[in-house]
Amino acid sequence: MSLDRDTVRRVAKLARISVNEDRLDDLGHDLNRILGFVEHLDEVDVSGVQPMTSVASQTLRWREDRVTDGGYPEKVTGNAPAADHDFFAVPRVVE
Amino acid sequence: MNLIEGATGPWEIVIGLEVHAQVSSNAKLFSGAATAFGAEPNSQVSFVDAGMPGMLPVINAWCVEQAVRTGMGLNAEINLRSVFDRKNYFYPDLPQGYQISQYKQPVVGRGSVTIELSDGTVKVIGVERLHLEQDAGKSLHDQHPSMSYVDLNRSGVALMEIVSDPDMRSAEEASAYVEKLRQIVLYLGTCDAVMAEGSMRADVNVSVRRPGEGFGTRCEIKNVNSMRFIRQAIEYEARRQIAIIEDGGKIDQETRLFDPNKGETRSMRSKEEAHDYRYFPDPDLLPLELDPAWVEGIRASLPELPDAKKARFVAEYGLSDYDARTLVSDRASADYYEAVAKGRDAKLACNWVTTDLFGHLNKDGKTIGDSPVSAAQLGQLIDRIVDRTISGRLAKEVFELMWETGRDPDAIIEEKGLKQVTDTGAIAAVVDRVIAENPDKVAEVQGGKEKLLGWFTGQVMKLSGGKANPQAVNDILRAKILGG
Amino acid sequence: MTDLNELTLAQARDGLARGDFTSVELTAACIAAVEAARPLNAFITETPEKALAMAKASDERRASGTVGLMEGLPLGIKDLFCTEGVLTTAASHILDGFHPPYESSVTTRLWSEGAVMLGKLNMDEFAMGSSNETSYYGNVVNPWVPEGDNRRYVPGGSSGGSAAAVAARAVLAATGTDTGGSIRQPAAFAGIVGAKPTYGRCSRFGIVAFASSLDQAGPMTRDVRDAAIMLRAMAGFDPKDSTSVDMAVPDFETALDGDVRGLKIGVPAEYRVDGMPAEIERLWHQGEAWLKDAGAEIVPISLPHTKYALPTYYIVAPAEASSNLARYDGMRYGLRVPGKDLVETYEGTRAAGFGAEVQRRIMIGTYVLSAGYYDAYYLKAQKVRTLILRDFQQAFQGVDAILTPTAPSAAFAFGEKSGDPVAMYLNDVFTVPASLAGLPGMSVPAGLSATGMPMGLQVLAPAFDEMTMFRVGAALERAAGFDARPAKWWVS
Repeated sequence: MSLDRDTVRRVAKLARISVNEDRLDDLGHDLNRILGFVEHLDEVDVSGVQPMTSVASQTLRWREDRVTDGGYPEKVTGNAPAADHDFFAVPRVVE
Repeated sequence: MNLIEGATGPWEIVIGLEVHAQVSSNAKLFSGAATAFGAEPNSQVSFVDAGMPGMLPVINAWCVEQAVRTGMGLNAEINLRSVFDRKNYFYPDLPQGYQISQYKQPVVGRGSVTIELSDGTVKVIGVERLHLEQDAGKSLHDQHPSMSYVDLNRSGVALMEIVSDPDMRSAEEASAYVEKLRQIVLYLGTCDAVMAEGSMRADVNVSVRRPGEGFGTRCEIKNVNSMRFIRQAIEYEARRQIAIIEDGGKIDQETRLFDPNKGETRSMRSKEEAHDYRYFPDPDLLPLELDPAWVEGIRASLPELPDAKKARFVAEYGLSDYDARTLVSDRASADYYEAVAKGRDAKLACNWVTTDLFGHLNKDGKTIGDSPVSAAQLGQLIDRIVDRTISGRLAKEVFELMWETGRDPDAIIEEKGLKQVTDTGAIAAVVDRVIAENPDKVAEVQGGKEKLLGWFTGQVMKLSGGKANPQAVNDILRAKILGG
Repeated sequence: MTDLNELTLAQARDGLARGDFTSVELTAACIAAVEAARPLNAFITETPEKALAMAKASDERRASGTVGLMEGLPLGIKDLFCTEGVLTTAASHILDGFHPPYESSVTTRLWSEGAVMLGKLNMDEFAMGSSNETSYYGNVVNPWVPEGDNRRYVPGGSSGGSAAAVAARAVLAATGTDTGGSIRQPAAFAGIVGAKPTYGRCSRFGIVAFASSLDQAGPMTRDVRDAAIMLRAMAGFDPKDSTSVDMAVPDFETALDGDVRGLKIGVPAEYRVDGMPAEIERLWHQGEAWLKDAGAEIVPISLPHTKYALPTYYIVAPAEASSNLARYDGMRYGLRVPGKDLVETYEGTRAAGFGAEVQRRIMIGTYVLSAGYYDAYYLKAQKVRTLILRDFQQAFQGVDAILTPTAPSAAFAFGEKSGDPVAMYLNDVFTVPASLAGLPGMSVPAGLSATGMPMGLQVLAPAFDEMTMFRVGAALERAAGFDARPAKWWVS
C-alpha cells in the first residue's frame, strides 16, 4: 500500500497540520517507508486472537460520585494564549 | 399510515432519534468536578476536563449505575463488558481533541419503548443502544466581535446517548417517544430531563420516502432542545426534503442545525468536512466490566415504571386507559393519586385528582410537588363527601379554600359551619315552610308535573344555606307532596 | 566537598544520614556541576533557587527527625513530567510557556520522600526519538566520545538529557520515561543504569502522554542499587490513573545481594538479529558467562513473534500519539499561531509547534486509525501484541528472567541515522518487545565497545517481578565491574 499526494493531504487535514504542497512528496515518501515497514504484520496469523487491552488483566476501577475537583477557573485559563473573564478566547467558530 | 401530501403524491417521513440524557450526578463522568447548571465560566472544570497535558480519566461509578438502570427502563440488554473509545475530532469546545464515548461495545444493547398516540394507537419503538459518553464544553459567539468564548463547565459531564431505530413516522410519534423517555428517566431518577437546561436534548435524523420504498437519504438535525422544536424541526425538514426531491434534486447527507427563531433547519458549515472519527479503545481506560450480581441487585431495586404502573391502575383501580395514562405521566402524580385512592373510592379519587387538582395546578403553573393541598387533605375531603358531612357541591367550595389556605378540610368545614344537615326533623320543618308558601306549585306537582320537585329541592337547599342533605330533602319532599 | 555530585544516591543518603554534609551542600555541588555541564545541553530548565530551597527544607526536616526515602537527594526530572509552576515543555515548541498548575504523581512522590529538583531535562520531542535529535531545545550531547574522535555522539533517546546528566555526574539520578526503550536505550548509550518497571507500577498522572498503553516512568541512575532505591520512591498505586496497579511496592534494595544461584536465565534465539555487531554479540555471551559463573542456569528460549514487535510498536504508538497530541491545538495553553480562521489557526499552530518526527508520527497514527484502515493496522497490531505477550508468558513458565543486549549498537554520531526514520526505529529492536508486553526491564552497563563507548545488557522479568530483575541486574553489575567514566571534555 502506498500513499499518494491526495491521501497525504487528506491525512494532514485530519491531523490539522498544514503541509506545503512542495513537502507532500517528501512526507509521502517517509510515510510510505514507515508503512512498508509495518506491513510485515501481514504475515502474522491472528485468527482467534483477542486484541490486547491490559498487561495486568485488571478491571476498571470506579470512583465515587463526589465533587473533589474544580473551582479554580484562573488556573484553568492561566496558560491560555487568550482568555477573558475566565473564558478561553478562540478564533471565531462559525456554525 | 401517516403520510404527507406532496405536489406529486404522498410521502412518508422516517425519523430516528439520538437522545442525549445527562446523568443526574454530582461529579463528572471522568473527573471530580461538579455538574451543577448555571455556574460561573470554567468554575466547574478540573485539569482533566480542560484536557491539560498528562491528565487521566477515572470513571464515576454512579454514572455507570444510572446507565444500567436506564437500560433496564428501556427493557434493554445490559452488556457485562463494554469498552470506552475515543472519538477524535477538533473543536474548541472539545479540549482533549477527542470525546470519550462507547462505539462498538456500548454498556446497553437492544431495547424498546412503547408509545401511545393521541388516537390511542400503541406503537413499539426499537432502541438500538444506550452508551455513556462525555459532554463537550460550550462556545459563546456573541461576547466578542471576532472571537468565540469557550466555557468548559459542561466538558466531561456524563451523558447517556439513547439511539432509536428509524421507527417513527411522524412528528407526533417522535415527541411521544421523547416524552416517554423523559417519563422513564424521571421515574428512575437517572436524569433531570430539563430540556431548557440541556439535560435532555435530541439529534433528529429525518428522511422521506414514497410509501413502501426503501429508506431515503437522511439529514441529522443537531441538538434540538425542546419538544416543540423537535416537532417543528421534523415538519420543516420533511417538507424541505420533499420539495427538493419533487424538484428533481437529491438530498445531501449532512448535519443541520435547527434555528428556533426562524423555525427552519440549515446546513452546519463547520461540520461540512467529511467525518472520520478514528475511533479506537481509550488506552487510558480498561474495559468496563459489570458483576452479574451487581446488575441483578440493580434490577431488583428498580421502581415500578410507567407502563407497569398504568396497567396496574387499570386493573387495580378500574380506571380508564386515558385516566391511568394521565396519572402515571409522572411518578409524583401517580404516587399522589395512590395516596388519595388508598382505601377510598378509586374513581372518585381519580376525578378529584385529574379534574380539580390538576386543573388548579395548571391554572397556577404549579407542579404536584408544590401543591398546597396534600394527598392526605384531599383524601379527607373525599371522606367527608362519602360520609355525607358535605355535599359534592360544597366540597368544591371547600377545595377552593383548601387551595388558598392549605388548611385541612375538616377545619374549614367546622369554621364555616358547612356541615350538612341530615336531621330529618329540621329538614322537614323547612320543607313544610316551602310547601305552605307555594300551594299553587304543590298542586302542579300533584297534577303530574313532577319536574317541579327540583324547584322545591332548590328552595329548601337555599333556605338551609346549602347544608341540607339533598337526598334527604328529596325524600321528604316526595313524601309530603306526593304522599309517597 | 566539590565532589559531592560524584556520589551515588546510596552514598549520598548515607553521608547525609551520618551528617558528613548537608543537602544544601550536596545540592550546591550539583548545581555547579549542572552549570559546568551546559555544553551537553542536558537541561531545558535549570531550577537552582528551587533546588536550594528544597534542600534547605530537607535539612530542616532531617533536623526534626523526618527522613524520607530520597531525603535531600538532588535529581533531574525529564521534561515530560509536569511540575507545578515550573516550565514543562516535552521538548516541544507547542508547549511554549506552559507552566502546569499541577504536579505529576511520580514527582509528587519523590518530593514527599524528600528529593530535591535541580531542573527539567532535555529529551526527544514528546519522547519520540532514539537519539535526542528531535528536541525543539536542541540536541543533547553524550558525555561519552570515542578517543580521538572529534565528532559528537548521541546520548540515545528519548530520555537523552536524563542519561547525559547522570553520566556526566551533574545530577545524582534522574527520572526517565520509557515507551519503547526510552529509559533503557539511552542508559546503555551513556553507561548508566535505567529501569523500566512493569506497566502500572508508576502512575502516569501528570506525565505528558506519548502512547498511553506503553508509557511508563522509571529511574536512571549510576548503579543498580540507586535504581532500586529510586524506583521504590517513584512507584505505587495512584487512584488518579485507571491503569495504575493497586499492589504493594517491595523494598527492591533487599534483592541486591546478587545471589542468582538456581535462577534460570532465558536467552532468546530471535534476538540474534542480522547485522548485529560482533562486539554486541560478544558482550551478550559474556553476560551469559557471568550469570552462569554466579550460579544461574542459562536456558535457550524462543520468543517467536519478536520480529513483529517493531512493526507492531510503530502502529500502536503513533496511533495513540495521534490522539494524545490532539489536545495541543493552540486553544488553551502553549503556542498559538493565529490564522485567518479557526482551521487555519489549528493547522498553522500544529505545523509550527510540532517538529518533523512528531508530525510524521501523528500522520502515521492518523492514517492507521482512519476509516477503512483501522482493522488492517491498529486492530491487527493489538492482536499481534497479544501474541508477543503470550510469547513472554510462555517463556516465563520456564525461566525466571531473560538476558539480551539493550541496543543493537553503541551510541552513534549525530546525523548518522537521522536521514531515515526506519533506520532510527531499529535502535529499539531489543527494548520494544517488553514494552509491548508491559514487562519490567533494565539496562546495566556491562562493557565498552572497541572505540571505548559503553554498551549495556538488558534484563527482563515477569510482570511485577522487579525483584528478580534487580537481583539479576545486581549480579551482572558485580560481575561486569563497570567503572569507566567519560572524560570531562565539557568542563573548560
